[in-house]
Amino acid sequence: MEAQNTIEPITMAEFIPQVLRFKQEGWHVVQICAGRIPEGYELSYSFGRDYDMRTLRLAVAEDETVPSITQAYPGAFLQENEAAELFGVHIVGITQDYRGKLYRIAKETPFKQKG
Amino acid sequence: MAKQSIVPFGPQHPVLPEPVHLDLVLEDEVVVKAVPSIGFVHRGLEKLVETKDYKEYVYIAERVCGICSFGHGMGYCQCLEKIMDIDIPPRAKYLRTIWMEMSRIHSHLLWLGLLADAMGFESLFMQSWKLREEVLDLFDATTGGRVIFSVNCVGGVLKDMDDSMLKRIVDTVTDMEKELRPIAETFLRDYTVGTRLHGLGMLSAEHAKMMGAVGPMLRASGVSYDARKLGYAAYGDLDFEPVTAADGDSFARCEVRIREIFQSIGLIRQAAAKIPAGPIAVPVKGNPNGEHFMRIEQPRGEAIYYVKANGSKFIERFRLRTPTTSNIPPMLEMLKGCQLADVALLILTIDPCISCTER
Repeated sequence: MEAQNTIEPITMAEFIPQVLRFKQEGWHVVQICAGRIPEGYELSYSFGRDYDMRTLRLAVAEDETVPSITQAYPGAFLQENEAAELFGVHIVGITQDYRGKLYRIAKETPFKQKG
Repeated sequence: MAKQSIVPFGPQHPVLPEPVHLDLVLEDEVVVKAVPSIGFVHRGLEKLVETKDYKEYVYIAERVCGICSFGHGMGYCQCLEKIMDIDIPPRAKYLRTIWMEMSRIHSHLLWLGLLADAMGFESLFMQSWKLREEVLDLFDATTGGRVIFSVNCVGGVLKDMDDSMLKRIVDTVTDMEKELRPIAETFLRDYTVGTRLHGLGMLSAEHAKMMGAVGPMLRASGVSYDARKLGYAAYGDLDFEPVTAADGDSFARCEVRIREIFQSIGLIRQAAAKIPAGPIAVPVKGNPNGEHFMRIEQPRGEAIYYVKANGSKFIERFRLRTPTTSNIPPMLEMLKGCQLADVALLILTIDPCISCTER
């Protein structure tokens, strides 16, 4: 089966409108991945519909805030909390924001630094 | 409003072999909210990719979990093979498929045993795990390991199976199929099992998709999605359809997993009959450069492997979205409204793998 599997860069201004369009079109959240880039963070939000998958790629500066998508996709709260706690991404408006209490780990934001 | 109290659940609990903690907010004995915390065995394995040669990291990827180990190694390798545009030999694809389905059988039998144990049905627990031992013996015979197999490599697999071994596998799973029938009958017909599972932890198809459920948990809510249909490894050559159930309760999850064991036995037979002769790996030169999201169907559900490589031998980012990570949000929803006494069993019905989730 040939299924769609794309990575699509998106700006912060286009991000939430595109997420809402996905919601209306019947896509669901598959995964959220944070990563480090020199300018700050790279966030990848993958959405699935049937066997197709489209990933929105968002580049955010170190101190920039990212709106949560949990208002549209309530199940995304765990992976958003994970990105916030392991990488230190500033995600605002998570419906179930555990504020650093999801991961019981000794080191704060252990994935923030490279190497 | 009734008075609320908070009961800490875990991180150590007799039903859960791995540590996870829930703060259960109760009204009388009814759960109104569950707040999770994890990380008790967090190992930072995703981070380790930055300092390990990408070929060596296969051995770390498969150590993410002792049950899904084969799939983790395979998912990581497939992701790199896609980035590096490597077409592995057909025989390697079939070998991976056979080992993957053996993993599914032993994972589901492990879960059935744990479920029986959680219900206090000890003889059923022992029967399930006795059967599981036979699959572990096959792993031992084909890979040399019972938990960690180390047979995946970027470019194919490291070990082959000769005709006599393939026959032994087919004969063993065919015998297992006969032995499994009365065990399956007990799970699906026994009054005690039915009473404990029917109607418990309802999850509608719409809710399952919205909250991100994957694997048997999703299919038990009537959603026909199985990442094996994407056709990776040899699945594109094999005839199968996703196993689904309509009720969306704990019993449906049990039923789906049992039927998937029979399905896996059938897939092993198909793969053993069709496996072509030829090499089992291709040489891999150079370093990966690029990125890819790879989806595979692990026993507990769809897992996603992401690799971002920069042309050096060290990978920039490896991300593994495990099935349990996706199944925790719907589980927390299912816990709302259930009795305190049902919490342990309900958590078990998602087949949680905390080791995978912690990575």
